[in-house]
Amino acid sequence: MEMENKLDGNAAGGVLQAIFPFDMTTAEGICAGCGEHYVMAATAVYKHGMGTILRCPSCDTVLIRVAEIKGCYWLDMRGMRVLLLLGAVA
Amino acid sequence: MRGDRPSSFSNLKSGDGVDRIANFILEKAACMTERFVSRGFRGRRQQGEFTGRVPPGQYVESGFPVLSAGPTPRTPLDRWNLSIEGKVDRARRWTWSEFHALPRESVTKDIHCVTKWTKLDTHWEGVSVDTLLAGLEVRGRYVIGFCDGGYTTNLPLHDLTGGKAFVVDTYEGHLLAPEHGGPVRLLVPHLYFWKSAKWLRGLRVVEADEPGFWESLGYHNHGDPWKEERYSGD
Amino acid sequence: MEGRALLGRLTWQLGDVVSVHTETTRTRSITLAVPAWPGHRPGQHVDVRLTAEDGHQAERSYSIASPSEAGNRVTLTIERLEAGEVSPYLVNELRVGDRLELRGPIGGYFVWEAQMGGPLLLLAGGSGIVPLMAMLRHRATVGSKLPTRLLYSARSSEDVIYRDELAGLTSDATGLETIYALTRSQPSGWSGYRRRIDMEMLRDVAWPIDRHPQAFICGPTPLVEAAASSLVTLGHDARHIKTERFGPTGADRR
Repeated sequence: MEMENKLDGNAAGGVLQAIFPFDMTTAEGICAGCGEHYVMAATAVYKHGMGTILRCPSCDTVLIRVAEIKGCYWLDMRGMRVLLLLGAVA
Repeated sequence: MRGDRPSSFSNLKSGDGVDRIANFILEKAACMTERFVSRGFRGRRQQGEFTGRVPPGQYVESGFPVLSAGPTPRTPLDRWNLSIEGKVDRARRWTWSEFHALPRESVTKDIHCVTKWTKLDTHWEGVSVDTLLAGLEVRGRYVIGFCDGGYTTNLPLHDLTGGKAFVVDTYEGHLLAPEHGGPVRLLVPHLYFWKSAKWLRGLRVVEADEPGFWESLGYHNHGDPWKEERYSGD
Repeated sequence: MEGRALLGRLTWQLGDVVSVHTETTRTRSITLAVPAWPGHRPGQHVDVRLTAEDGHQAERSYSIASPSEAGNRVTLTIERLEAGEVSPYLVNELRVGDRLELRGPIGGYFVWEAQMGGPLLLLAGGSGIVPLMAMLRHRATVGSKLPTRLLYSARSSEDVIYRDELAGLTSDATGLETIYALTRSQPSGWSGYRRRIDMEMLRDVAWPIDRHPQAFICGPTPLVEAAASSLVTLGHDARHIKTERFGPTGADRR
C-alpha cells in the first residue's frame, strides 16, 4: 500500500496556534459532515507547501483548511460544526 | 529592525529632492525584508543550464513530489467513469474501456508546481480534452474539474481546448499510480500543476466561474507560471 | 488541564545552537538556547524554519527530546532523511554558534507527566522514540517509579537512538522495561524480536487491560495506526491511547 503523507492533528498544532491563542491539539470539534466528536490531535492532517488540511478521522470531510500566503492566513473552517476550546475563557 | 525610522513623510521639508523620497521608500522596503537567513542553507536551488525553459521563481526537480490534500482515492475500475456534464447539449460518460477506445495521444511536457519545483520532459499518454468535447455544443465559458475525494479546480474553457489539455492515464509508460492521481488526472501543463487535478472524474461546464479547492484559499484563479500567477492578487 | 488552553499565539523565535551530539549514523541531537523559552512539557514539539538567501523557506516539525526541567534549553533529535530538504541541513551542516528559527512548544495532547500516573506503555517506531524519550527523561528526573514498558522498533541496533541511556534507565529498581524489535538486521546472538510491531507482540508486551495503562505511540503513520488498532482490538481503552504520526520515512516520500 502506498504511503500517503497523512499525519495527525499534532502536526497542525503549530500553524493553528500561530492563529489562535490556544492549544489547538486539545481542542475538540464536531464534524459538519458526520457529526462525530473528536479531539483535534486525532484528526487526519495533510500538510505540504501549499497549505494544511485537517480531515475528519471518520468520514474524511475537510474540517479546516489553512494557507499562509504573502503574510496573510486564509482559513476555512466550514467543515467544523463546532470548535470546543476547553478551559479557554480568560 | 533598526532603530527609529520616520513613519511618515512629515520630516521631509518641502523642496527636498526626489532622491530623498526614493531613498526613504527603499530603506523602508529594506526594513520589511530584513529577516533571519539560515547560514549555509541552500534548499534545492539549481542554477543555470535550464533557465530558458524554467518559469520565474522555479527550480528544476528530478524527483516527483507528491502533494495531497487528502487520502488517496481507490475507485475500482469497474465502477469508474469519466463524464462531461453541465452546460452542454448532452452529457457524456465513458467507462474505463470506453475511455481507452478513444483516440489517444502521447505528450511530453514540462510541469510547474506553485511550490516552486519544475519537472522537465514528463511523458504522458491519454485523451485530449478536445477529443472529449468533440461534437458537443458547449454552452458555458468555464469548466470545473471534479474528482474522487472532492478536489476541484476551475479553468476557463479556452485553457482546456486547442491542444492545451489532456486527461491522462499513463505516466512514463506506466499506468498512472494512485498517489500520482490514477486512474486518470487532468493535465494542463501551461498552468501551475494544482490545475492538473488528480483522480479526475469529470469536467462540468458552467456559465459562471467558481473557484476550486486552492483557488478559494488564496491561490490565483488562473495560475499562469510565466506570469507568476501564484496567489490571489498577483 | 483546566486553564492550560489559553496560551497565546505562537511566534517564531531564534535559538542559538549551543551543542550538537551525534546519536547514530543518521541522527544527531541539537541543543538550543532559546532566550524567551516559556518551558515545555514532555512529548511536545516545535516547528523549525529554514530560510535561504533567496527567501525560500522550508518548515518541519521536530519533537523535543529534552525534559521539561531543562530551563531555556531545547534539545531536538533529528533523523536525516536522504531525500529530505531540512533534515540533511540540520544533521550535517548546522553548527554550534548558528541560530535556528523555531516556534513552540506545540501540543498539549501528546504529553505525559508523572502526575498523570501509569502504568505507561510507550511504543516507538524509528525516530518516534524522541518524544517518548522526553517523557522517560522527565520520569527519571522526578524520580518516578511508575511501571513503564517501552517497545522500540528500529531497523538494527545501530539505528537505536539513546541506546546507552536507555540501558542506564532500564532496571527493576526504576520500574522501566525496554523491549526492542529490530526489523532488518540483528546482532549475532540476538534473542529479541526480529519483526515489526504486530498484534501478537503487543499481546505479549502490553500491560493487561485491567491495569488500565496509558499508551503513547509515535513513529511512521502505518506503524502508529496498526499498533493503535491492535491495542484497541486487544481490549485497551481508545481514550487512553495517544498517537503522534511522523508520516512515511524518507525512502517512501517520493
